[in-house]
Amino acid sequence: MKRFLFLFIPTLLAAAGATMAQGRYLTKTGRVTFFSASPIEDIEAQNQQAGAMIDLGSGQVAISIPIRSFTFKRTLMQEHFNENYLESDKFPKATFSGKLLGTNAATLGQGQQKVTVEGDLTIHGVTHHVTVPGVVELKNNQLQATATFSVAPADYKIEIPLLVRDKIAKTVSVRVALACDPVATTPSAKTP
Amino acid sequence: MNRTLYSLLLTGGLLLGAAAPALAQDDLLNELEKETTDPQRREVVQATFKGTHIVNSQSIETPGKGTLAFLIQHRFGTLNSGAYEFFGLDQAELRLSFEYGLSNRLALGVGRTKLGKTFDGFVKYRALQQSTGAGAMPVSLSLLASAAIVTTKFATVPGVEGRDASSRLAYTYQALLARKFSPSLSIQLMPTLIHRNYVDTDAEQNDVYALGGAIRQKVSKRIALTADYFYVLPGHTADTYRNAAGLGVDIETGGHVFQLHFTNSQGLIESQFVPQTSGNIWDGDIYFGFTVARNFTVKSNLK
Repeated sequence: MKRFLFLFIPTLLAAAGATMAQGRYLTKTGRVTFFSASPIEDIEAQNQQAGAMIDLGSGQVAISIPIRSFTFKRTLMQEHFNENYLESDKFPKATFSGKLLGTNAATLGQGQQKVTVEGDLTIHGVTHHVTVPGVVELKNNQLQATATFSVAPADYKIEIPLLVRDKIAKTVSVRVALACDPVATTPSAKTP
Repeated sequence: MNRTLYSLLLTGGLLLGAAAPALAQDDLLNELEKETTDPQRREVVQATFKGTHIVNSQSIETPGKGTLAFLIQHRFGTLNSGAYEFFGLDQAELRLSFEYGLSNRLALGVGRTKLGKTFDGFVKYRALQQSTGAGAMPVSLSLLASAAIVTTKFATVPGVEGRDASSRLAYTYQALLARKFSPSLSIQLMPTLIHRNYVDTDAEQNDVYALGGAIRQKVSKRIALTADYFYVLPGHTADTYRNAAGLGVDIETGGHVFQLHFTNSQGLIESQFVPQTSGNIWDGDIYFGFTVARNFTVKSNLK
């Protein structure tokens, strides 16, 4: 009996995991761009390697952005961004872990839905609880999610030297665009 | 006994179930990290050195693709030249140069040095790039080839045949081998061959071999200490001249990199400072100088 139970419980847990996985969407090529305008120089960067997982069942959202994958117009800017500002050696990723609020799963396929995204945004090792507006839509079996919001570097202890302080805006506008494909398998199974 | 165990397990299961929603948020992130993190992913190590030059020597770095770098390299006179010469500040050697990145690996450069009214052109190719991940490369290797032509007017002596143009040329071949050991420490080795088409006396060498070494140690996010040294292999040149040594500070200020230098060499290109350095550091033949690099983006990296 004892043995049987020990075997049985993990099986139950695994089964629960499998059902939870339904309604999950994943991308490894999410697009994140940011832009900051200032009188002297506009700063713009693109990243096409953001990972994101959205669970429609529970409304949970997880996003992971590799800092080194941001491309800038200027090579030197990109180097400074990694070396001095975001310190990607120490903090290789920016992450978001939170929830989609206000989604109506039943009508997602019928057009864009305005939602609120709430959760913990971690940049440069500093975490802040944020609430930002977003848009989601289920199109061709792909879950498309976008959000635009602003981030103040100072909030995330991103130090800007006095000499270039005028060059860099106080807030940076960030845009996230995700096109996630449904995850068919259980979460533990890995795609080759 | 069995009952107790059963109820214990049941309670445990319920507790786990209740705890799950609170943890789920981070679980999803952990799962995502598992899905997306690929330790095999190859990543090139960036910024082994701040600039394309260390003190006297060139570094493995090239301006990135589509970047044009404008360099002003300056050497004042020696510190021991006294108050009358304002400790060297009255004299100045200068090199102006442009370097352009054709790709992220290949760069071309042209320069003009006051000493000998010398024009030079060089090609630098990043043959190997230090990387992490699958098939990690432990070091970076850049190959440098440079040609320099002296354009000062030769004195014409009646009855003596003048020197031809090829005698004005000198070539440098260097393998720059570097490793970034940590975010703050980088070390470079530089086997060097200088070929001079013309030397004044038979005893002097047309081919001079040297081994250079350089180091960069960051002291803060934007300031680094640098040093480089060239050991000239035994021969007439090594007996007559001194090994070039330099100490420097790199200061990064947004779009510029300022490099402040102290060195016993007045020349600013390899064919000058490797075989022709005469300053004796211990006598105070130290030249103060600086290099300023300004980068211009000719072609944007963004699509």
